[in-house]
Amino acid sequence: MSLLSPATRATLLKDIRLEWRSKDALNSMLFFSLLVVVIFSFSFNPTAEESRVIAPGLIWVAFLFSTVVALNQTWARELRNQALDAYRVSPASPNSLFLAKVLGNLLFVGVLEAVMAPLFVVFYNLRSVGSLWQLLLVAVLGTYALVINGTFFAALSLRTRMREIMLPVILFPISIPAIQSMVEATRVIVTGEGTSRFPIVLLLTYDVVFTTASVALFGLILNAE
Amino acid sequence: MNAISNPAAIAVRGLVKQFGRFAALRGVDAEFAAGKFYVILGDNGAGKTTLLRSLAGLAQPNRGEISIVGQTPRAAARSIGYMAHPSLLYDEFSGLENLRYFAQLYGISSDEPCARAIRSVGLDPALTRPVGQYSQGMRQRMSLARAILHDPSILFLDEPFSNVDVQSTRTMAALLRGMCDADKTIFLVTHQAAVLEGIADEFVWMRAGLIVARTATLTPPQENA
Amino acid sequence: MKRAFLILAAVTALLLIYATYQALVVAPTERTMGDVQRIFYYHVPSAWTAGCLFFVNLVASVIYLIRRSSWSDALAASAAEVGVIFCTIVLITGPLWARPVWGIWWTWDMRLTSTLVLWLIYVSYLLLRRFSDSAQTPVLAAVLAIFGALDVPLVYFSIWFFRTQHPQPVMGNGGSLDPRMLHVFLLNLGVFTLFGALLCWARFHIETVRRQLDETRALEALLDDGRTGSSPARSTR
Repeated sequence: MSLLSPATRATLLKDIRLEWRSKDALNSMLFFSLLVVVIFSFSFNPTAEESRVIAPGLIWVAFLFSTVVALNQTWARELRNQALDAYRVSPASPNSLFLAKVLGNLLFVGVLEAVMAPLFVVFYNLRSVGSLWQLLLVAVLGTYALVINGTFFAALSLRTRMREIMLPVILFPISIPAIQSMVEATRVIVTGEGTSRFPIVLLLTYDVVFTTASVALFGLILNAE
Repeated sequence: MNAISNPAAIAVRGLVKQFGRFAALRGVDAEFAAGKFYVILGDNGAGKTTLLRSLAGLAQPNRGEISIVGQTPRAAARSIGYMAHPSLLYDEFSGLENLRYFAQLYGISSDEPCARAIRSVGLDPALTRPVGQYSQGMRQRMSLARAILHDPSILFLDEPFSNVDVQSTRTMAALLRGMCDADKTIFLVTHQAAVLEGIADEFVWMRAGLIVARTATLTPPQENA
Repeated sequence: MKRAFLILAAVTALLLIYATYQALVVAPTERTMGDVQRIFYYHVPSAWTAGCLFFVNLVASVIYLIRRSSWSDALAASAAEVGVIFCTIVLITGPLWARPVWGIWWTWDMRLTSTLVLWLIYVSYLLLRRFSDSAQTPVLAAVLAIFGALDVPLVYFSIWFFRTQHPQPVMGNGGSLDPRMLHVFLLNLGVFTLFGALLCWARFHIETVRRQLDETRALEALLDDGRTGSSPARSTR
């Protein structure tokens, strides 16, 4: 925690406290995530052997949809009374704000995934050949890939009309290589077939490239007025 | 800039700001001395808000320079306080909780400056009611407290009295005069200039993206043929 | 300027006619696929041209972020639009080729798949341009263009890996080309690039004129408002 700047720490704690105070977004997001899992279970027959094979894809798509809905929420709060202006006018740096939002989103989405993943395992009777640690690594790298660009594009779409639809419109195409990699890596670990090294390296590369790009360009889009 | 006799707190040279097809500022040149109370007037579209936001560092001009106590607006962030018609506060937090957060952005970790700022606008720091439940007058006063908590030397206020009851407006105007007497420089954009007659030092008239006149009293300048 | 454009347009038109004649009539018929293979002379050059245009978009976007010049933003917008058109041609000619030859509408072929992703990325770019506040569009769009460009190599790698796991038909001439076919192919490649440049130039010109018109209108409106009392006669165009 002491590695973070005061502005990042304060903003992250503020967001957590705000979320806890109102619990609006959290509750509806949790319920939405549950609904997604149930709808998938009704649409993709959980008892069929084929479904177990495509389960990694199903899980990540479910995560993706929940993430997008969550990402829209976390910036919306700053807009309601233009509180973002108060941040921008202060000496605190844009990147401190960005880091705080990324960490907050990771936490938020992590909670949602922690709810959805066990449900999938239960509904689809999933078993994994590979270890839980490997799955956890892929989950972290994959979630990070969605959250880093998602947080950036959510901030970018603040300055657009049709804000809520612009986020997935911009995020999904660019995330395609990451999604392919995280699903493939999960599939390999769960079924024990093939190698997961390439997808994991690609995912890691994706994470590094876009973290760099986001950090370099966030100030530009925050202050684009 | 004449630094000898009356050092200009703010200097603006050739400021141009375009929003796509609309030129909000068309080459503004002006100097403003320290410690004075300026009121900026003009019709909608005259460029008042754009000028204020540019001075506060929220809007980037397309051309021209702004100098605030010899620095760019972003570099002078510690010396600047900003307030607008939206409250720039988080509705779910109490007044003190809001100010505590913003204080962190200025590197202030103690509660004392926050409590002092709240008291100075005539509100009670111990009030735990969320800001979202305040009346408009109270909310604007709390927003003012947020703007001054780091003791800035320059204040930018954009329509602070909008939808505020007459009594609160008079209170705030008197507060601002007191701050000005204590050596702060104040820039205020408003449509309700009548309240500020006798309180402001200078009225700055804008039209079509330019400053057309500066008067000491609230009599409109001679119209040009 | 205008004359140069007209000359280029005329030259391009002639070359297109010649190249089409070469592709559809003169080039030898492919042994296994028959005449359908001639789509190759449109499919691949379109993909190449789209790639060139997207590269122009990237360069123009970076120039914009550094110099904030209006022309680079106009160029970025034009290049992206025309690039999307050529991408669309690839996505249409792909199934037209695949269906008669392999019996399936879509192959997860390297080129076709990566073109699909590129198409998605740049359509989202165009949507961002359309839906953002006009003052901020250039900066936001330029940033997205950079993100898109960074994504391109990652797209290629991930598709390449997917294909090694699940081999797919290759839409091209896997192996060497008959020299006569190569000649026609290179001709079409060059002509399509020229055609793409021409369209981009035309679009860029239209965009520049439109911006000038907007600025003039805005200034007029401002000056009209600035006059007191009398309602001035607006100049007719």
